[in-house]
Amino acid sequence: MGVHLPVLIVVVPLLGALLTPFMGRGKGPWLFATLTTWFVFAMTIALYIQVDNLSQRLGIQGAVVSYTMGNWKVPWGIELRVDLFNSFILLIIAMISSVVTVYARLSVAHDIPSDRTHFLYSLWLLFITGLLGVAITGDVFNVYVLLEISSLSSYALVAMGKYHNRKALSASINYLVLGTIGASFFLIGIGYLYSVTGTLNMTDLAQKVRELQDNRTVITAIVFLFIGLGVKMALFPFHGWLPNAHGYAPPIVSALLSAVAIKVSAYIMIRFIFSILGVELSFNKLPTSQILMICASLAILVGSCLAIRQSSLKRMLAYSSVAQIGYITLGFALANETGLTGSIIHILNHALMKSGLFLVAGIIIFRVGEADLDHMRGLGRSMPFTMAAFIVGGLGLIGAPLTAGFISKWYLVMGAIQSGQMIFAVVVLLGSLLAVVYVWRMVETIYFQTPRESRQEISEAPWALVLPVWVLIGASLYFGIDASLSTKMAGQAARFLLGTL
Amino acid sequence: MYFFDFYNYWIFIVLMMIGFYTVIAKPNFVKKVIGLGLFQTAIFLFFISLGKVEGGAAPILMSTATIYSNPLPHALILTAIVVSVSTLAVALSIIVNLKEAYGTVEADEIEEAEEA
Repeated sequence: MGVHLPVLIVVVPLLGALLTPFMGRGKGPWLFATLTTWFVFAMTIALYIQVDNLSQRLGIQGAVVSYTMGNWKVPWGIELRVDLFNSFILLIIAMISSVVTVYARLSVAHDIPSDRTHFLYSLWLLFITGLLGVAITGDVFNVYVLLEISSLSSYALVAMGKYHNRKALSASINYLVLGTIGASFFLIGIGYLYSVTGTLNMTDLAQKVRELQDNRTVITAIVFLFIGLGVKMALFPFHGWLPNAHGYAPPIVSALLSAVAIKVSAYIMIRFIFSILGVELSFNKLPTSQILMICASLAILVGSCLAIRQSSLKRMLAYSSVAQIGYITLGFALANETGLTGSIIHILNHALMKSGLFLVAGIIIFRVGEADLDHMRGLGRSMPFTMAAFIVGGLGLIGAPLTAGFISKWYLVMGAIQSGQMIFAVVVLLGSLLAVVYVWRMVETIYFQTPRESRQEISEAPWALVLPVWVLIGASLYFGIDASLSTKMAGQAARFLLGTL
Repeated sequence: MYFFDFYNYWIFIVLMMIGFYTVIAKPNFVKKVIGLGLFQTAIFLFFISLGKVEGGAAPILMSTATIYSNPLPHALILTAIVVSVSTLAVALSIIVNLKEAYGTVEADEIEEAEEA
């Protein structure tokens, strides 16, 4: 099985998605989906250990596990290629999705009619399949197909929020239109690259494209690719679809969308910049680096400012995600080791905090019916464990010391200072300040306002909901206090990426 | 004339822009989805044009042919057509739901209903 590990990581959830609807109508589909995601999680851990062992023997650059689909030789067939960077991303995807799936049962049973839940779990596994596939594949056209598999299932999953609020439907169709345009731009970019290099394999493409430094087709391809991926990862000013889609989807879907789905597009952008095109081609032929940094700074400031204005918890978290994508983009646009490490470590830290916070919003919807300022008044007394998780997660978004957010922001600020761009260090700190405002508004409502009188009887949520939240939030706290493991993994990935220049 | 030597690429650009315009300008979601389909089809045309080799035979091993057209873009586009059809299916089913929930498929009317 060891040899086939890379392909099994994609095939197991794919087959799981097909089988889930046949698992009966009770707990069956949920149990099956949970087992599948945990099995995938175990496989990604095994794969990471395999790659990590290779890196100790062969050095960081040599640590590559390559799997050829159907034994077709590399430049022609599809290659699955796992290195220190994407095995880390795979680990994040599998970890978050397996914990959220455990949480899903009660939340889904509450939000979705019982004759539809098995379809939700099927789409859910398909969504995870797409995300894992994008992260593992070494073929650029395959990236497009798998990105669309995950996006198409996420459109349908967002639309399932209609049972709670019909606005989910218009959010979903707008997400679909913009998402498809983004993916099509990405496809044009791939077509342009293919027309000058004649290859789709990432490694092969990397060699051939670097001989074409001043080729106008390659420059055009870069523009199409970056705009397409910018739409997919909701980078400012293409973030228009995100707040509604993440705000009105069912809570578990919002958690996975915000925590993982936009990061996977960011992963592809990092992959194109550092592994395929190279920093020289992607940053020095066009002012890409400056444009990305400006977009990222605006994303941080505008996203945080708009988050302050929201009265719905989920929409506030969604706008905060716009800002967090800004931090990630800023980190890799700096293109130095510290900034890139900060970016990669923030992919992990934000995934833990944001999925935890969206699940807290799900608990509030489960208990109170709606997660907005009005309904959250005074919940701190009736739901102490859940709200404590909210505080820890909120502190993480701010970047307070002892939380994971502090570690990533530390790296980002240091990275900005190292490349002499003080202004972006200021932007990161300003973003934290704005985060204090939007998190504090919620904290004040939860702890210092009198509860709505009719809501006195609210009690703590069942442990099946609280425990997964605390696993995620606790992990973010752990990576804030002892960051040696996460910084080692992210640092290795950053060195790997910069070494392939 | 040089301009007309690459007429298929011009058609690709014009079709793509017509599709893109429809997506942006029309408030009706069904028309938006038609525009989206046109946009994607234009890209398929571009890929298929890439595969054409001057004087090339169909890519089947034959004793009479020495130059073959490139079959890879066609294979890619077969996959992309599947993606496009699935997108259309998902979009139309969401539109059916929109019609049930709001009684209209016009983006501006839906927005009005949401603000009310």
